[in-house]
Amino acid sequence: MDVMHCTYDIDGDDFTSAGEASGKMKRVLRKIGVDFEIIRRCAICMYEGEINMVIHANGGTADVYVDVDSVKIELKDNGPGIPNLDLAMQEGYSTASEEVRNLGFGAGMGLPNMKRYSDEITIATRLGEGTTVTMMVNFNEKVRRGSFESCGNS
Amino acid sequence: MKVSEVAKSLDLRCCVPGEEDGSVTGGYIGDLLSWVIGRAGKGAAWITIMSTSTVAAVALLADVSMIILAEGVEPDKELADKAQTHGLALYSSTMGAYELSWRLHELIGESCAGVR
Ligand SMILES: Nc1ncnc2c1ncn2[C@@H]1O[C@H](COP(=O)(O)OP(=O)(O)OP(=O)(O)O)[C@@H](O)[C@H]1O
Ligand SMILES: [Mg+2]
Repeated sequence: MDVMHCTYDIDGDDFTSAGEASGKMKRVLRKIGVDFEIIRRCAICMYEGEINMVIHANGGTADVYVDVDSVKIELKDNGPGIPNLDLAMQEGYSTASEEVRNLGFGAGMGLPNMKRYSDEITIATRLGEGTTVTMMVNFNEKVRRGSFESCGNS
Repeated sequence: MKVSEVAKSLDLRCCVPGEEDGSVTGGYIGDLLSWVIGRAGKGAAWITIMSTSTVAAVALLADVSMIILAEGVEPDKELADKAQTHGLALYSSTMGAYELSWRLHELIGESCAGVR
């Protein structure tokens, strides 16, 4: 059973507020006393996924499940899907538009970062239907956690 | 070394003072956000010429100690507002990234090498 579950709606129209759900998740993980390094890895994974949903898929939903020994981050969108996943996973590959490049996106490092900082990543994608990215970040034995509080889109 | 001390020594202009006077434990130069979030370590002074509000989210998530806008770049209003809201330290300088980083290195020394 999951100890905690948070859901965040990711707005696909607003590039400038992209990253806010990741910030909220980070605050929740900090509040319940998750280890700093684990939080950092979760923050990177969630941020990259959140940004991808905004710039490539017109938004979506993020679900974060905290269990006793791991954090699971699930990002679901109804975007265009990824035609060639092997290519998309390569460092430097990006289809980002000029407009979003001007905001600092488009290095083609998002998916590689997600792979690097999660312990497990699964990507299910269908052209014209959407993409679901699931990432696991496992706690190691030195990680201790404190009390749990409720959370959500607040 | 504290953010305020670094700012003073490098003669940086304060756009937004941070909520807490954090410790600067390293540095990172970059404008592409996915590089920065993946590589800048906790406590790094992030030197960039990006002045858009997207910088704030990355600075916050990457736990950098301060943002330094190089080359005389001034922050967009949305960036300054977000830095204010989230208590991020935001500074600017007329120096380029190269000069800023070697001066920073002189200040905080070897501890900044290879910080991840
Ligand atoms: N959720 C998604 N829906 C559709 N396409 C996606 C999605 N996520 C990634 N892609 C595709 O995969 C490519 C690589 O993604 P990645 O996150 O690595 O780089 P990027 O988003 O282009 O740039 P960066 O993340 O460095 O800002 C994207 O350019 C895009 O073509
Ligand atoms: Mg990306």
